[in-house]
Amino acid sequence: MRRSTLGRIWPGATAVVLFLAFVFPVYWMFSTAFKANKDIVSEDPVWFPTSPTFEHFERAVQADGFWTLVRNSFTVTLVAVALSLVIALFASFAVARMRFKGRKSFILVMMMAQMAPWEVMALAYYIIVRDAEMLNSLVPLIAIYTVMVLPFTVLTLRGYVAAVPKELEESAMVDGCTRTQAFVKVIFPLLAPGLMATSLFGFITVWNEFPYVLILNKDASAQTLPVWLTGFRTAFGDDWGATMAASSLFAVPILILFVILQRKAVGGLTSGAVKG
Amino acid sequence: MSAQIEEVAATGPASRTGKGAAPPPRRGPGRLALSAPYLLILPAAAVTVLLLGWTLLKNGLLSFQNLGPRQLIRHLTEWTGTDNYADQLGSSEFWGVTGRSVVFTLANVVLIMALGCFIGLLLARLGTALRLLLSLGLVLAWAMPVVAATTVFQWLFDQRFGVVNHVLDKLGWHSMAGYSWTSGQFSTFFVITVLLVWQSVPFVAINLYAATTTIPKELYEAASLDGAGTWKQFTSVTFPFLKPFFLATTFLEVIWIFKSFTQVFAINEGGPDRLTETLPVYAFQEGFGSQHFGMGAAVSILTIVILLALTAYYLRLVLKQEEDEL
Repeated sequence: MRRSTLGRIWPGATAVVLFLAFVFPVYWMFSTAFKANKDIVSEDPVWFPTSPTFEHFERAVQADGFWTLVRNSFTVTLVAVALSLVIALFASFAVARMRFKGRKSFILVMMMAQMAPWEVMALAYYIIVRDAEMLNSLVPLIAIYTVMVLPFTVLTLRGYVAAVPKELEESAMVDGCTRTQAFVKVIFPLLAPGLMATSLFGFITVWNEFPYVLILNKDASAQTLPVWLTGFRTAFGDDWGATMAASSLFAVPILILFVILQRKAVGGLTSGAVKG
Repeated sequence: MSAQIEEVAATGPASRTGKGAAPPPRRGPGRLALSAPYLLILPAAAVTVLLLGWTLLKNGLLSFQNLGPRQLIRHLTEWTGTDNYADQLGSSEFWGVTGRSVVFTLANVVLIMALGCFIGLLLARLGTALRLLLSLGLVLAWAMPVVAATTVFQWLFDQRFGVVNHVLDKLGWHSMAGYSWTSGQFSTFFVITVLLVWQSVPFVAINLYAATTTIPKELYEAASLDGAGTWKQFTSVTFPFLKPFFLATTFLEVIWIFKSFTQVFAINEGGPDRLTETLPVYAFQEGFGSQHFGMGAAVSILTIVILLALTAYYLRLVLKQEEDEL
């Protein structure tokens, strides 16, 4: 009897402890961002911000060129993700639904490309971009980011395309659709969750990308938020309040997107489309 | 299987011509059907070859050059043969960093897989409310951008006002008050490991939980009828059923940890005394830090070779699987 109570309690207790462990860094970031300075640099940590303040956020937002960096980050991320989605949609359809010579090599190339250690190749790309005299521009960044997220996008979308029952497409074609029409009218709507899930990971990758922009764009007007954020602490002399406010601002778009898209992405792919 | 697919490919153009006058005249349905897949993969293949292929090729070419600040400014190309490689392969520093990177990667992957599997299985046992709660925590950690997380962990482990030192002090470990985590090799790696594990576990746990929901319940019922306990159920039902999942996830984690740059670099820039440099950081320091781009390129090529060696088993498996699918 006693053992079974214990057996029922421990999973729940462990779950709560683990929840706290995973949430704490995120909580600490936001709470530090709202705390008054005296609560941040105190010998006894203040666990809850008692008198919340926005002064750290004001200091972060008023930093030089903040809005330019925000615009650059959004531009680079949205354009690169959109480009890779369009390119990947074509390729994943071919790979999932057609058999052709070279298909296997193409998949293999994508798999190798997916694990390409981009970080260590930044140096070579720097030399290429420099020789093309395109340093301090967003265009080379967008180009490399598109290719960076492309393999993942192709391979993931391939799975989503393959998951759409072939019968749906076939019956649409029997009903007189061309293959293109069958794709646009039948497969594409069913791919929406897959497109969202895939774009989410692309968005995170590009939003976070740090080495390339650090190396290519020394000019502050062509940088993105990660460079600003990593340099923030030094620039503001261990000002943890402002650093955490800056981190919060950087994290919020991703957190929101993740919470919204995760549910949609997981939610019913083709649920009940053919069966039932 | 393959005949069925051929059929699908064939019905495309055939049904179009079957419709009568509507479709525009084509040179031949066979040719169109044959070239369609190539046209579809063309953009993806082209940009990959152009940017990844070219960068890789350039990387390879650079690794055989002596490219310092002087050559860079004057646009000189000085070929040095295999000097850069000979330098690196003959230096104890390179092998030290390599060994360190491999140990670091393995330690992290073992921790991530063990903790990830534990939490994934725990999720499967929990009631709805607690499962949602724990999932929420995992998703938040998962969604936290790498750069922001790295900054936060620096703050958590801050020497003077960091909350970690404070709690350890309060728990009775008084020497930890004012402890400088970034002054030692092991303690720096400890912080990086906690950060990487915290970031990577949610992916493993949530995917494992999702995968366990695909296991037929009857298998567990049969196992428990045979008197199997929790551990026995895991080894006799869960693990065999999800073996492909474990394999793929483990190797994905190997790749991610091995090539992680931002975390290792941002926490302590490879310090103290370059003692926490892993191969990607080492390549960066050799190339940009000492402005010796050819040498950096050689290290990065060697890094890629080592990564390929580490993941060769998985890559071969994936290749075979693709072959079987054909």
